Amino acid sequence: MKPNALFQSYLSHKYFFIMLLPVLVYYGIFHYGPMYGVLIAFQDYQFLKGVGGSPWVGLDNFRELFGGLYFGQVLRNTLIINFFKLIFGFIAPILLAVMINEVSSRWFKKSVQTISYLPHFLSWVVLAGMVIEFLSPSRGPVNMLLTELGFDPVFFITEPGWFRSILVSTDIWRNVGFSSIIYLAAIAGINPEMYEASEVDGISRIQKIWYITIPSIAPVIVIMLILNSGTIINDDFEQVFNLLNAKVMEVGDVLSTYTYSEGLLKMNYSYAAAVGLFKNVVALVLVLSANYIASKVSDDTIF
Amino acid sequence: MTSNRTLSDTLFMGFVYIGLGALSITTLLPLLQAITISLSPPDVVNSYGFHLLPTKLDFSGYERVFQYDIIWTAYGNTIMRTLLGTAITLVLTFLGAYPLSKRTLPNRKLWTGVVVLTMFFSGGMIPSYLLIRNIGIMNSIWALVLPGAVSAFMLLIVRNFIAALPESLEESAKIDGANDIVVLFRIVLPLSLPIIATVGLYSGVSHWNAWFDSMIYIQDEHKQVLQMILRRILLEGQDVSAESGSGVHAQAVNTETVKMAALVVSVLPILCVYPFLQKYFVKGTLMGSIKG
Repeated sequence: MKPNALFQSYLSHKYFFIMLLPVLVYYGIFHYGPMYGVLIAFQDYQFLKGVGGSPWVGLDNFRELFGGLYFGQVLRNTLIINFFKLIFGFIAPILLAVMINEVSSRWFKKSVQTISYLPHFLSWVVLAGMVIEFLSPSRGPVNMLLTELGFDPVFFITEPGWFRSILVSTDIWRNVGFSSIIYLAAIAGINPEMYEASEVDGISRIQKIWYITIPSIAPVIVIMLILNSGTIINDDFEQVFNLLNAKVMEVGDVLSTYTYSEGLLKMNYSYAAAVGLFKNVVALVLVLSANYIASKVSDDTIF
Repeated sequence: MTSNRTLSDTLFMGFVYIGLGALSITTLLPLLQAITISLSPPDVVNSYGFHLLPTKLDFSGYERVFQYDIIWTAYGNTIMRTLLGTAITLVLTFLGAYPLSKRTLPNRKLWTGVVVLTMFFSGGMIPSYLLIRNIGIMNSIWALVLPGAVSAFMLLIVRNFIAALPESLEESAKIDGANDIVVLFRIVLPLSLPIIATVGLYSGVSHWNAWFDSMIYIQDEHKQVLQMILRRILLEGQDVSAESGSGVHAQAVNTETVKMAALVVSVLPILCVYPFLQKYFVKGTLMGSIKG
């Protein structure tokens, strides 16, 4: 387009840009503002001097980061916890959707769905409160069961050997129902004729699931797997922070909780910003490569 | 062969029902336990054993919670931020989505890109915190409702929804002399009620459940949101009445009964509306899964 024609086009769309203006201002301040602010990761930031006046230190914060022993521990915690969340948290909703789909009673189906979606709508403050009660050594049903079976009660929340498993299992517990929605929708889209044809062949329910249901929703499964793979570095701050306690710090402190305590409690703004920047860059690389792989394996790219 | 099949099918269905039943029970048990403890006197709660159903009813936990002025102030703050936050989210999301749904918009890709880029990369916790301090909205409700007002993801969903609306209605309105802003409010918004419900509900729930922003941005006790006060009662075991200055219960520690009563009071609104709104959430997720 010629500059003049472009100008004309902007002029004829002036009302649209009047509408767009507040949104662009919003994005400029609240999203691009922090992106500019991330420069403090390369500075020795002092609040009174601001980003403009603080001295530049190059990669010093990153050297401190990768040289520090504790950061290695935090990174390892993050990767281990998220890896297991990714694997189990990915399979569970597929299983759930397949199982719900097999149920013929509408009433039972609806009840299971309504109940299993519920925890997704409660905050981690509430859920952590319930989880701690549920796993309590003196009142919790889990420990009651253990004692019945002749084991000693375990104070799960403060036990380093158990803490990661608790993060993984409560994460699945919260999200399995809600994540199953997309697979249920995919299953509902399967052509019923395929099942009818199999009726004639007289195959069992398990065979039907294995040979018809799973292959039919495979594209959705692949897309979701690729999409989720980016979360291996992005930990769930709200979950970990609400369950974390002094006794399990060495196994439970993850990148986001570490960023919080370094930055907002100890006020090492620059160092904490470097931790955050490292996390965000890795996440960006993961998402972009995931999208690239998605474009290779299926016709659909995600973005 | 046939009997084999029916046997394996029966076994399989047994497994399915037991599995789904077990999942439902593990989801409901912690909630039931919380409700029971909130209704039980401390001596029952402290006795050994799982409390599934209340054996002795006792409302002292709730009485104590109702005496905490700070909880009601926080309740008000949460309702306030939920309403204001959701309103801002809806207005900004539509003001952004409608122009970007127009194929004729000059440099449409560029302007969409400005929004989409924020889905891939963000400054992170510390730069966001410093920004809020630097622009002087610390300790005010604006720090809670503005930073997360527009989600790029939601904006794209709304944009796609509007783009699928029939063009002819907008055109006839324009022939009658309406400008684009009038068209948005008179034609597009009334047709967008389902997507308004979805965006509004998601925004509402996230505001109701939010606490971290309140923890880092709000210093005044009486401006804190409900989840934050709940967090202090539940997880830090603080006696909030002592801090509010009444001093009546200053020496008392929160019993499990009080903790769970506070928890129940905070989730009650969600539990009440959730069964009726569930289908809209499901619809919303599915809309989100369609390519943006």
